[in-house]
Amino acid sequence: MPESLTRAVRWDTVVGALLIALLLLSFGCVDGFGNALNLSFLLGNTLPIALIALPMTLLVVAGEIDLSVASTAGLSGAVMGRLWNEGMAIEQIIPLCLLLGVVCGLVNGLLVTRLGLPSLAVTIGTLAAYRGIAQIVLGSDAVTDFPSPYLEFAAGRVGDSFLPRAFLPFLVLLAIAVVLLHATPFGRSLFAIGAGEEAARFAGIRVKRTKLFLFVATGTMSALTGVFWALHYASARYDNATGLELSVVAAVLLGGIDFDGGKGTIGGAIAGVFLLGASQNVMSLLSVSAQSQIVVTGVLLVVSVLGPRVARQLAVARRSA
Amino acid sequence: MTHPPDTGPAPVLALKGVSKSFGAVRALRDVSLELLPGEVHALAGENGAGKSTLIKTLAGVHRPDAGQVLLDGEPVVFHGPRDARDAGIAVIHQEPTLFPDLSIAENIFMGRRPRRALGRIDHKATRAATAALIRRLGVDLDPDRPARGLSIADQQIVEIAKALSFDARVLIMDEPTAALTGSEVARLFGVVRTLRDRGAAVLFVSHRLEEIFEIGRRVTTLRDGARIAGEPLAGMTEDDLVRRMVGRDLDELYPKQDVEPGEVVLSVRRLTREGVFTDVSFEVRRGEIVGLAGLVGAGRTEVARAVFGVDRWDAGEVEVAGRRLRGGAPSVAMAAGLALVPEDRRAQGLVMNLSIERNIGLTGLRTTARAGLMNRGAERSRSLDWAVRLQVKYARIADAVATLSGGNQQKVVLAKWLATGPQVLIVDEPTRGIDVGTKAEVHRLLGALAADGVAVLMISSDLPEILGMADRVLVMHEGRISAEIPRSAATEETVMAAATGRAAA
Repeated sequence: MPESLTRAVRWDTVVGALLIALLLLSFGCVDGFGNALNLSFLLGNTLPIALIALPMTLLVVAGEIDLSVASTAGLSGAVMGRLWNEGMAIEQIIPLCLLLGVVCGLVNGLLVTRLGLPSLAVTIGTLAAYRGIAQIVLGSDAVTDFPSPYLEFAAGRVGDSFLPRAFLPFLVLLAIAVVLLHATPFGRSLFAIGAGEEAARFAGIRVKRTKLFLFVATGTMSALTGVFWALHYASARYDNATGLELSVVAAVLLGGIDFDGGKGTIGGAIAGVFLLGASQNVMSLLSVSAQSQIVVTGVLLVVSVLGPRVARQLAVARRSA
Repeated sequence: MTHPPDTGPAPVLALKGVSKSFGAVRALRDVSLELLPGEVHALAGENGAGKSTLIKTLAGVHRPDAGQVLLDGEPVVFHGPRDARDAGIAVIHQEPTLFPDLSIAENIFMGRRPRRALGRIDHKATRAATAALIRRLGVDLDPDRPARGLSIADQQIVEIAKALSFDARVLIMDEPTAALTGSEVARLFGVVRTLRDRGAAVLFVSHRLEEIFEIGRRVTTLRDGARIAGEPLAGMTEDDLVRRMVGRDLDELYPKQDVEPGEVVLSVRRLTREGVFTDVSFEVRRGEIVGLAGLVGAGRTEVARAVFGVDRWDAGEVEVAGRRLRGGAPSVAMAAGLALVPEDRRAQGLVMNLSIERNIGLTGLRTTARAGLMNRGAERSRSLDWAVRLQVKYARIADAVATLSGGNQQKVVLAKWLATGPQVLIVDEPTRGIDVGTKAEVHRLLGALAADGVAVLMISSDLPEILGMADRVLVMHEGRISAEIPRSAATEETVMAAATGRAAA
């Protein structure tokens, strides 16, 4: 009986159900929600959150966090714009931006694993530092004249459907993340690290190496997202993706990934991402101001931290009743 | 030596026909118990027998479903631990919880410190009162010392002093000796005797039978929530007590078979970690159980951690089956055939929130995987196989290990490591805090492993365990191996002499 109860109140299922309810309600009641163009906007605007949420989920499951992701994305976009202005070919720029992401992730990872600093503090620091470097690199310029095949890939749709063309590579990355977290020894070790780091180390899991890899993966994906952002909105600026870390963390926690580590699923995280993305889209359609949308994101963040705890306590209370 | 209840002193605190259930679990069934002033009363029973529930009922944490708590013969109802404390009942826990940054005096008088005019705290009076309390216990502790850095033994003394400051007449000691060394136990017993002689009633809980016999006058034995016996200890043997606790005859408590030792599997030479241990050399052969004795802090655990790669070493070398081991990585040690059942089961041995299946699976992530992917069937059958072989008592293999009793948790740790098929098994305090029945099972298991050709290095502070199980005893003192004693010459005296540095055997 306890098993069926806990399964009934599993938070990621709750979030999945909420997402479906929101989508059904929006299709029925919100004008303009269901047309292909709006749905492609929804997906395209949510894609940056979704991309970074994949490695962020792994990182939070392992008990760490990276708040510098939006700044890394901004820095990546700024470097991309600057190098483009300098006349470099885009085929060379993009790998360089990804390499930059590797470096950003390495810096975070080494500070956390070698010096033993808390990741929250380290990445708040690099959040400011990376954004500052972005401003030094590009100043207040906005670079918009990227080659059109790239712009079309980042902003276009698959035929007349609502699917953005960039959504297909995302699905591949999503599949990789699901397999990595839920079907490999590596994924198993992340849950062990998050729930009991010392015991994981005593069981022969290379905790530091694993964490370093996760920070590098997160940095790389953030840089990729920065490239996508600049192309999708056809604008590379130093302040691209400002505040995106809030959405990513809110979405991941909303999806039931325990802030203390050791719990969560990629499915839950993605449900959280699209619940957040869809509610932002609906609020825009209903002409809710951008400021109010940030308030809603903040409230969702608090709810997402509280929700699973309340659910767990309810489960415990019901079990012992 | 017997104490006829109708002629002796009246009990200070008593339980009469107390029952307590949690959901479907009947933790206590019709249990009666009398604590007399000036007497140490032992409480025996395996894990899960109801000892904790009984203590919590006396301490006002639980209210009985049926039956009565009697204070000086009058029925009382404690609405919480505070009521019990005000009635003069104090509980000393296995691991005290003091405020680490406050001084001993501040900890004792937390929230009720002597005041001077204008409500200012009177530091001098606090200190003097603390010094007086500690003197009454016959120990030497500076009232101004912060609690941080005090040994567990000293922390318990502070807790006892605190209990005295509340004029406690009943002292309930819940496994106070589990984490103490031999000399600390002796000091604690001195304190307990002092209190007893001043008329306090003491309820003493321990898994160590010899302690029960040393300090107790009468013993109440619980099994499955019911009182099996309440009787004087005089004239009883340890076997009698064990039989009451487990309800059956135990085979010999220390079943080490005689095995002809094979070739050397683990060879440690001149191993040094600066400031921790120095010049440690020893060998363990196939089929051998080598005991590693010494006081807490002598460096035994640290040597084990270094050999297993959890910590680095600065000099020396480790060989497993003739091959030199690269240090600093447990994964390398595991691949070489080493396994370590660590000291701290809850933090180092297990991931408490993960299931039994996943915890056992943790040591086989790579070996059960196929083409880089988890093979859930293989993982489950490996875990089930070892959980069953070690007779872990659980409801479902998917239950979190946190739901298991201490003894069963330890079996899961053993299962997790035996599943790797180790050549060398290092066990650090393998039976600390687990019940007698499971303890015997663990001993039987270690004996069987040695018979199968595993080299076992057993660290233990439990001397009878070391003497009963080990073929050879290594003794550490202040970071060095101070003696190597063959089984035939190993006695409590020779081991303790080497452990305290009094003599090099």
